[in-house]
Amino acid sequence: MVSRRDKMISKIKELMYQPEYIRNIGIVAHIDHGKTTLSDNLLAGAGMISSELAGDQRFLDFDEQEQARGITIDAANVSMVHAYEDNEYLINLIDTPGHVDFGGDVTRAMRAVDGAVVVVCAVEGIMPQTETVLRQALKENVRPVLFINKVDRLINELKLDPNELQARFIKTIASANKLIKNMAPEELKDKWQVRVEDGSVAFGSAYHNWALNVPVMQETGINFKDVLEYCNNENQKELAQKVPLADVLLGMVVEHLPSPDESQAYRVPTIWPGDLDSEEGQGMLNTDPDGPLAVMITDVSIDKHAGEIATGRVYGGTIEKGTEIFFVGSHGKNRIQQVGVYFGPERVNTDRVPAGNIVAITGARNAVAGETVCNTGRKIEAFEGLEHISEPVVTVAVEAKNTKDLPKLIEVLRQVGKEDPTVKVDINEETGEHLISGMGELHLEIITYRINDKGVEIETSEPIVVYRETIAGKAGPVEGKSPNKHNRFYIEIEPLEDAIFQAIQDGDIKEGRVKGKEMAAKLIELGLEKDQARKVWDINNRSLFINSTRGIQYLDEIKELLMEGFESALDDGPIAKEKVMGIKIRLMDAKIHEDAVHRGPAQVLPAIRKAVYGAIMMAQPTLLEPVQKVFINVPQDYMGSSTREVQNRRGQIVDMSQEGDMATLESKVPVAEMFGFAGDIRSAAEGRCLWSTENAGFERLPREMQNQIIKEIRQRKGLTPDPYGPDHYLG
Amino acid sequence: MLYFIGLGLYDEKDISLKGLEAMKVADVVYAEFYTARLFGTTISALEELSGCEIKILTREQVEEENIPLNEAKIKNVAFLIAGDPLIATTHTDMMIEAKKMDLETQVIHSSSILSAGPGISGLQAYKFGKVTTIPFPEENYFPHSPYHVIKNNLEQDFHTLVLLDIRAHEDRYMTANQGLEYLLKVENERGEGIIREDIIAVALARVGSPNPLVRADKIKNLLNEDFGGPLHSLIIPSKLHFLEAEYLVAVAGAPEEILEE
Repeated sequence: MVSRRDKMISKIKELMYQPEYIRNIGIVAHIDHGKTTLSDNLLAGAGMISSELAGDQRFLDFDEQEQARGITIDAANVSMVHAYEDNEYLINLIDTPGHVDFGGDVTRAMRAVDGAVVVVCAVEGIMPQTETVLRQALKENVRPVLFINKVDRLINELKLDPNELQARFIKTIASANKLIKNMAPEELKDKWQVRVEDGSVAFGSAYHNWALNVPVMQETGINFKDVLEYCNNENQKELAQKVPLADVLLGMVVEHLPSPDESQAYRVPTIWPGDLDSEEGQGMLNTDPDGPLAVMITDVSIDKHAGEIATGRVYGGTIEKGTEIFFVGSHGKNRIQQVGVYFGPERVNTDRVPAGNIVAITGARNAVAGETVCNTGRKIEAFEGLEHISEPVVTVAVEAKNTKDLPKLIEVLRQVGKEDPTVKVDINEETGEHLISGMGELHLEIITYRINDKGVEIETSEPIVVYRETIAGKAGPVEGKSPNKHNRFYIEIEPLEDAIFQAIQDGDIKEGRVKGKEMAAKLIELGLEKDQARKVWDINNRSLFINSTRGIQYLDEIKELLMEGFESALDDGPIAKEKVMGIKIRLMDAKIHEDAVHRGPAQVLPAIRKAVYGAIMMAQPTLLEPVQKVFINVPQDYMGSSTREVQNRRGQIVDMSQEGDMATLESKVPVAEMFGFAGDIRSAAEGRCLWSTENAGFERLPREMQNQIIKEIRQRKGLTPDPYGPDHYLG
Repeated sequence: MLYFIGLGLYDEKDISLKGLEAMKVADVVYAEFYTARLFGTTISALEELSGCEIKILTREQVEEENIPLNEAKIKNVAFLIAGDPLIATTHTDMMIEAKKMDLETQVIHSSSILSAGPGISGLQAYKFGKVTTIPFPEENYFPHSPYHVIKNNLEQDFHTLVLLDIRAHEDRYMTANQGLEYLLKVENERGEGIIREDIIAVALARVGSPNPLVRADKIKNLLNEDFGGPLHSLIIPSKLHFLEAEYLVAVAGAPEEILEE
């Protein structure tokens, strides 16, 4: 007998080959706005899990930590089949985390999908993290629809009438559309506005499992007054039977979000820099299962039984089990053991997965998120890298409790780094003290827990803040000499122009050694002088390295070494061995020894490093600290104590607003002062506050604290308490 | 006083008598072996011969900490260097510093590969062009300039003495075979037809020792030949004078066909 499960699986396998009946979607939201509850109910509605389990169980929060903390940490993949009008559709869904500390997961998930359901809590409206995830989606050309969740709370708790209800919705929709207008690609920003009348906005309660949009209201005759009645009479169960969440939401997804063949036509040109007229370019633009293989890996996880599982989006061709694949970035080769698709939350193995689908690859050893996969012998250009909007700001030192675990710890740390690319792991085999850096205190707590969970007991240090070094003035020409004194480099240094810094920060300009001429045009547009823009060698750590010399013999032979020296100098600055950012260095002149052996790496690398260090120390060296935006939502009565909590932490109040008896406080606080904030704000507001944070880059550390903090960092790193002056590097 | 003393090419007896005397009057004797090394002897043999204790300095101690220069302010310092002290090294910089510091200096020469190499190969010193060194290739560093030097020299009918990288601190010494492979690899990348497998090259090994080796042949024949222990060098000859050709055939085993050209 064919079971229901087998039927579904064979349906999925059939739909895989019909891109017009596929929707790859992500669910994104601010933390606690109800994504995971929504995903669970969608799965239950599609018959993938029991409806008893949905809602309360948080089915997609696989991890014990996720269940315990009530938040989603990893993006999770599920697939389901949904009947809409006369057809069946394959919906591949990725649930993503909303906490700021896990933003990297969202960026990666967006590369796999074509559309996103943006979930907004009706009570809180658009929150900072809503804005961030929406920006991440739009940046990847992922089309949004809107679901306004927790509508029952507006009725039951805030006692709004139908008019107030509608006014509230209009306000939320207007601010969502404003964001879309600002952040969507120029040619799509009008088309992608969400509209009540066409049904690209729905509202409802994920928890109580119902939803409505205008087309469904017209069809069923249910209006706002009815909704009020169902809620007031505590009869949402009946409402859920009449307008089940899964039907309405998935209907909206099928109707308004693009199929892969529709979306790849406009997405491929922005995510893949290769020749669009080539065979592989055309294959991807047309979602052609017979074209050359092109897969982008968006996630890697380690399965206890199957080993490394790489999840990715197939953009072109068909990935087949047993074939040999090639990793374009790392030049690695691998034979695929299995390929699979998701059935509910499980993986189901199949023989092949064609373009337009999300695939799980088993046996893709050494894959990392962001890697491009093709078939061996049919190499393609790599996809654009995944940009992470935020970067690590907090570090902890990790040591194994038992010395016997030392080798295993290194292996586990490497695994953790692979599973979550926003974690930066520095392994020091000499001291046995390894560093892991992450997006925030919570992020690192989770990582620490995971390491313990993998069977290695560790001890961690107190969290340490990651600083940056920069300059406030200019210097030069500064002379850097090689150890043998026979090679000399002359550089000038100044702060990098703000517009260029911002463009690098926003990912509009990509870091790396400059190849080709397009970069010059972009930089000129941003205001860099033509002579300089055309001769930029290297963009690294949000800094520029420009060759302003002309006709120097042998310079070409040592160009790579000069760039390597520049990059390594920026990785460990002279002030406190933190990263350097926001500087512009111009090579003005170079005197180079005649013989290749006297101008090798041992001479050139230290020479350029010393020039950079000396120049930084002459140009008002300055330490920067990471800051976070902190948003606090409290009852009016606790406003005072909450404000004090911020101000005690060197925080600045940016904005205050009030709605009913709730107040919203927006502030900026240094990350260094945020440790333990969770507990303190809870007691300050007696538990009656909602708060969230967002990383907001680096700002100058107050002058009076500079020396103190520099000393602390240097001592922690075992350096002399004071940084060396320029003479140390230039003498 | 700062003495720059050349140790010559091979063993403790290559130092000049003048050099030995200077060691004896010095208050402190330093040596560096990061630019070259003597394979035929040990430090203790030289200490025994001179009766002086010798302290070996690293590149950092010489170039960054300036130990010989600083000590020479108050003491008589002997600074031992393999070969001839100021040639094929970068120690001229120390001479400049010494003058700036108003130190007295004396240079005591010894034999160098720059004269011994051309000499033992039978090629006329008058016909050599620029000297070049082939470095060990590294990530981000595979210079083509040794190839260019050879090319420019050949265009003007100059022979080229090609020195090979010494990494004393890593105990790596480039062999003549590795040097030829390097040049062929550059040829392969550039395709200018300068270094072909059928041109003549001269491999030198252990010059200055009792059993030096001089081998001239087509590159393809030299590539797999074992020239024995370090140090090695190469010469890429240009047009040969008839005496040069006769020498290479008689002394270095070159094929007789070179006599006809």
